[in-house]
Amino acid sequence: MKKTTNRRDFMKQTAALVAAGSLPLSVIEIAFGKNSDQNFSFAYLSDSHITHIKGNEFVRNWDRGLVRAVAESNLMDPKPDFVFYGGDIAQLGKPEEIDHGLEILGGLNGKVHYVMGEHDYYLDLGEYWKKQLGPDYYSFDHKGVHFVVLNSILTHEKWMHKKWPSGMDRMLQMARLDNPDGQPFMVGDAQRQWLKKDLAKINKDTPVVVFSHSPIQKIHKGWNFWTDDAEQVQSLLKPFKKVTVIYGHVHQIQYNQIGNISFHSAMATAWPWPYPSSYTQVETYLPKLTVEMNRADPFNERDATGWQFINMHTGNIDLHYILPENQNRIVGYDAKQGKPVDRDYQKTDKRIPPQVHY
Amino acid sequence: MQSALLFVLLNMALLSSAINALPLGLPPVPIPNNNPQTDLKINLGDKLYHDARFSADGKVSCATCHAREKGFTDNLPVSKGFNNLTGTRNAPTVINSAYYTSLFWDGREPDLEGQSKQPPINPVEGGLKNHKPILKVIREDNDYVKAFKDVFNVKANDITMDHVAMAIASFERTIIAGDSAFDKYMYANDKTALNDAQQRGLAIYLGKGRCVSCHVIEQTQALFTDNRFHNIGIGFKKIKDRESETAAQMLAAKRKGANVDETVLTQANMSELGRFAVTENPTQVGAFKTPTLRNIAVTAPYMHDGSLKTLEEVVDFYNNGGRLKDTDPVSGFLSGGIRPLKLSEQEKKDLVAFMKALTSPEYQALANKF
Repeated sequence: MKKTTNRRDFMKQTAALVAAGSLPLSVIEIAFGKNSDQNFSFAYLSDSHITHIKGNEFVRNWDRGLVRAVAESNLMDPKPDFVFYGGDIAQLGKPEEIDHGLEILGGLNGKVHYVMGEHDYYLDLGEYWKKQLGPDYYSFDHKGVHFVVLNSILTHEKWMHKKWPSGMDRMLQMARLDNPDGQPFMVGDAQRQWLKKDLAKINKDTPVVVFSHSPIQKIHKGWNFWTDDAEQVQSLLKPFKKVTVIYGHVHQIQYNQIGNISFHSAMATAWPWPYPSSYTQVETYLPKLTVEMNRADPFNERDATGWQFINMHTGNIDLHYILPENQNRIVGYDAKQGKPVDRDYQKTDKRIPPQVHY
Repeated sequence: MQSALLFVLLNMALLSSAINALPLGLPPVPIPNNNPQTDLKINLGDKLYHDARFSADGKVSCATCHAREKGFTDNLPVSKGFNNLTGTRNAPTVINSAYYTSLFWDGREPDLEGQSKQPPINPVEGGLKNHKPILKVIREDNDYVKAFKDVFNVKANDITMDHVAMAIASFERTIIAGDSAFDKYMYANDKTALNDAQQRGLAIYLGKGRCVSCHVIEQTQALFTDNRFHNIGIGFKKIKDRESETAAQMLAAKRKGANVDETVLTQANMSELGRFAVTENPTQVGAFKTPTLRNIAVTAPYMHDGSLKTLEEVVDFYNNGGRLKDTDPVSGFLSGGIRPLKLSEQEKKDLVAFMKALTSPEYQALANKF
């Protein structure tokens, strides 16, 4: 028989949840002790993979994941300054999927910025997405922070434009993991030229936050947890004091520090991916710095999915993962260590053991 | 207090006699180290549980809303407190509540000891301002004074609400019931214990109906709960499209010192926030504790707000993916496991038949009345 929780443990658990899970910013201010006008927060949803079946039928589980993330993020009080959507609204880039996803996202309060994902792109090379949402790379300034959005899921022009039987064939190739005929993601020359010009106008002390769908770092090529010209993009970001890259695509918690750049991934609202085995051709940065999620519980449909809100203070970020059926997590920049750390679970003995079902 | 502790230790020997006859299908009752079972304490708890003097109008005891002759509930949608005031929540049965790892629909108390202290001082239940009148009654009642002396070795003036709560909890830990037809079928290898419809219902319970995901059955025992919190779609219409302002209202009230027990029982909208009211975790808006299904046939009506009258309605509600009619809207906060089940009329009937096989012998006569 499992030992019952005693009162003191119970109160501790309750208190831990209050600190880790609360949305009201008053709690964040207590947590970080900073309350300047420059502090702000925004919500970040990603990877809903809305999947059309036929007629008016869509895969219910992915619909509900997005609906729930929208409902929960609308609880943020005070309201976030804006919301980011990290890409892969659709599963196969179909207009039905993009429109159905946007209809659900229409329930969000406030302005939403969008990032292009490969599942939105490869059916028609992003045509419908751009028609609905506008350009796939752009920048803007907000409260002293320079925000950059990149389309990082492009690949070799030759491959994209070769004679495909249909756009759907191209989409299906790109949607496969471990595809021997797969192609690596890249930002590409044109965008890097644009980025160089865009950043030239920005003071080097200005905090820069970059949004991409794929990680602008190399983690696992077989699943495109990878951007082929990552180093070239990183070198453009190098002159800045505080840089953060936030990406979707990986459906799991990752964080890393390369030089001046902090990297953070976001959860999917649809399903979790396991952590890939490390790619042996290059050094992997991941296992050294990231505390992995505990194993997703297959009995709980939403476990290891979720959304996050991001608290921007002093130019660095604290990323709050809101994880249904799981423990919420906070990964924030630790100034002393000069890298992001998991606030509660960084130490080995603090980690949550995987769930056990009988 | 130290002498009380010593006395409690001496009574440990009696503990084994209290729990040796386990009903089929249930594990040993978890007993807190600091509140061991003794016959004297259980008798004292029984008496306290039935004492209506611990309320503002002298008419409400624990047994008012958790009556043995009504399956330790009151068979009302939401309970009636003093002056017939009503709250927002359905009285859960005390039967097998000893196995829960948190008490109340939103789990705001960790144990039965903590639970029993709340209702007497809730404005729509016992209606007392504080616990003092309860202690006054006890300290002036010679029988109680003697009983507390015998059980806790305390003088009249040293009796506290903790003693009262410990005795009531000890009594409640004796209200356990297994031995149902299901238990005989599952754990005593009596394949005749369930009829054909009930056996088909069990298969649906474990398979297509997916009931077992939360109402857990294990290889050697069945508590029919996962002791977790889920939003299954009950009651959300009351705060639909106002979830965020209701949540903000709750947080503001708590920051000003509002008590969760009082707030959720008196404020219909905030009650629907469920577990969120306790943890403030946005993933738990509208999530309520999974109740046990043992003796479910005698504890109608159902759900945290008593809004479903029959087991047939409950099955329809789940079959439609968290709504009574398949044209009703669905909560945005709905748990992932709640989805349309596509059960046939026969399968729905079989599932209800199975739930009626979860009645313990001591409540069978009561079940026959429904």
